[in-house]
Amino acid sequence: MWELIQANKRKSIVLFISLGMTLLLLGYFFGGAYYPDGGGYIGIFFALIIWGILSLISYFSGSKILLAVSGAKEVTKEVHPQLFNVVEEMKISAGLPKMPKIYIINEAAPNAFATGIKPEESAVAVTAGLLARLNRDELQGVIAHEVSHIVNRDVLFVTFAGIMLGSIVLISEIFLRSLWFSGGGRYSSRSSKSSGQGQMIIMIIAIVFAILAPILAQLLYFAISRKREYLADASAVRYTRYPEGLASALEKISDTSIDLKSANKVTAPMYIINPLKPKGMKLSDLTSTHPPTSERIRILRSISGGANYVNYQSAFNNVKHAKSTIIPSSGLTDNTQIALKEMAAVPIVLGVSKQNKRDTGDIMMKVNKYSFIDCKCGLKIKIPPDFKKNELFCPRCGRLHKLEQ
Amino acid sequence: MTGVIILLVVIAVVVLFVISMYNSLIQLRNRVKNAWSQIDVQLKRRHDLIPNLIETVRGYMKHEREIMENITKYRSQAMDAKTVGEKAQAEGLLSGALGQLRVQVENYPDLKANQNFLALQEELTSTENKISFSRQSYNDQVLFYNNKIQMFPSNIIAGMFNFKAEEFFEVEDEKERAVPKVDFSAQS
Repeated sequence: MWELIQANKRKSIVLFISLGMTLLLLGYFFGGAYYPDGGGYIGIFFALIIWGILSLISYFSGSKILLAVSGAKEVTKEVHPQLFNVVEEMKISAGLPKMPKIYIINEAAPNAFATGIKPEESAVAVTAGLLARLNRDELQGVIAHEVSHIVNRDVLFVTFAGIMLGSIVLISEIFLRSLWFSGGGRYSSRSSKSSGQGQMIIMIIAIVFAILAPILAQLLYFAISRKREYLADASAVRYTRYPEGLASALEKISDTSIDLKSANKVTAPMYIINPLKPKGMKLSDLTSTHPPTSERIRILRSISGGANYVNYQSAFNNVKHAKSTIIPSSGLTDNTQIALKEMAAVPIVLGVSKQNKRDTGDIMMKVNKYSFIDCKCGLKIKIPPDFKKNELFCPRCGRLHKLEQ
Repeated sequence: MTGVIILLVVIAVVVLFVISMYNSLIQLRNRVKNAWSQIDVQLKRRHDLIPNLIETVRGYMKHEREIMENITKYRSQAMDAKTVGEKAQAEGLLSGALGQLRVQVENYPDLKANQNFLALQEELTSTENKISFSRQSYNDQVLFYNNKIQMFPSNIIAGMFNFKAEEFFEVEDEKERAVPKVDFSAQS
């Protein structure tokens, strides 16, 4: 396990260095484009400051911001005992040092994400729609996938690579916009001097760079992000020993047409399935943060013989007809036979039933501290937390219910 | 003079080697103990859940007295078991009896709708999952530790300080014990 994390770390370092170089070059050219004498260094300085501030913010409160932005609420075990149990099972299976905090997002779209720079301080967030729609095995698959993002340090990667990417995009944007507004005037006043030609070349390089850098950086980021999704799937199989759980969960999650309202472009790579559905046209493979879900499902379903990384890799090769390695070589040398759990013969029901919708609503209410009373007539009475009276009549049969305050 | 220095250096190296070997063995043994305590917590949790379960189920299941008696019996056996091997065997029997109960529950729709029972069943399922997931890591640790104390040169140190091989926590094949045993003796 440890070597796997090491391999991930090495790749992350390569990515960080190349993104960092891009950032510095950007700063240099943009500074140079405005002030030819020593301006490049001022540009680098500013680029570093922007990056430094963003990194500090995300290191110290990235998880909090992410959870706040997505509208997640921390819950106690009473709200959803099964979710807590499943997370604890995966904590044991994955060998996490501490129980992650558990959040529920009040949305009907089924999705989930994990956060936490360190495995000691992590959190898992799932939507109410996910809980209502998935059965126990499927929920376990999803949680295993999320926990493996924490264990494989993917959260760390996504956060910091995202910050670098964000800085690059931000700086390019600032530069291009400043050109639009004031650059022309400054440029013409300078071109009257003798250094005009050199200045123009730097200007052109800077503009080309400003357009290309964000695109290239994003492609690089997405490529590695996709690979990590496969690795997280492979780890999830290893933790649960039950690929079908994750496969049918993915099927159910991708079957929905509901958009996750609280997700945006920045937070998208954190979710188990890309929460932003491509509108109209098909999203190109290159610019996707997640591998195609149908492919992930097919790989999971063709796993046979065991639940170890080797088994996932061979299933991957069979489905993709390619020999690209998803699992770092150290994961493949582990030949321990891990038996797969036997398949349960439960049919997968796609689509949203009335019961699903009702369950989603109930979970949301529980998160918001509503209490429930089961009336003898079969009606479930939902009581808001700010309900003042200490008794009420059932709206259907008129029975009197006493409330404990 | 140089001879003495060489001798001292050799002794120092040997002593350092023994110390580091001893420490790593202690560390491995502690890991085994720690992994075992993870399992033990869950086993105890299961034992605590069972009386509640029997209490809830009793009102509904009139005809499954034998299964419930078995569960109670195996539970107390499991609680009395001392060694890892004994525990594994008793817990396996207990799991088997609980599995039979689970099969029978299908015949009692009222019970399946009982909130209290559902909550208990969820806890029980989760506890069993936790046992099986911690079993894997416990057995991994035991294998690692046992290899270490049997292989050269660490086996010398292990022998000197009396490190004993630990037992695996093996439960018989899950399928095998899930099959309810049919007793034909009453018919003859």
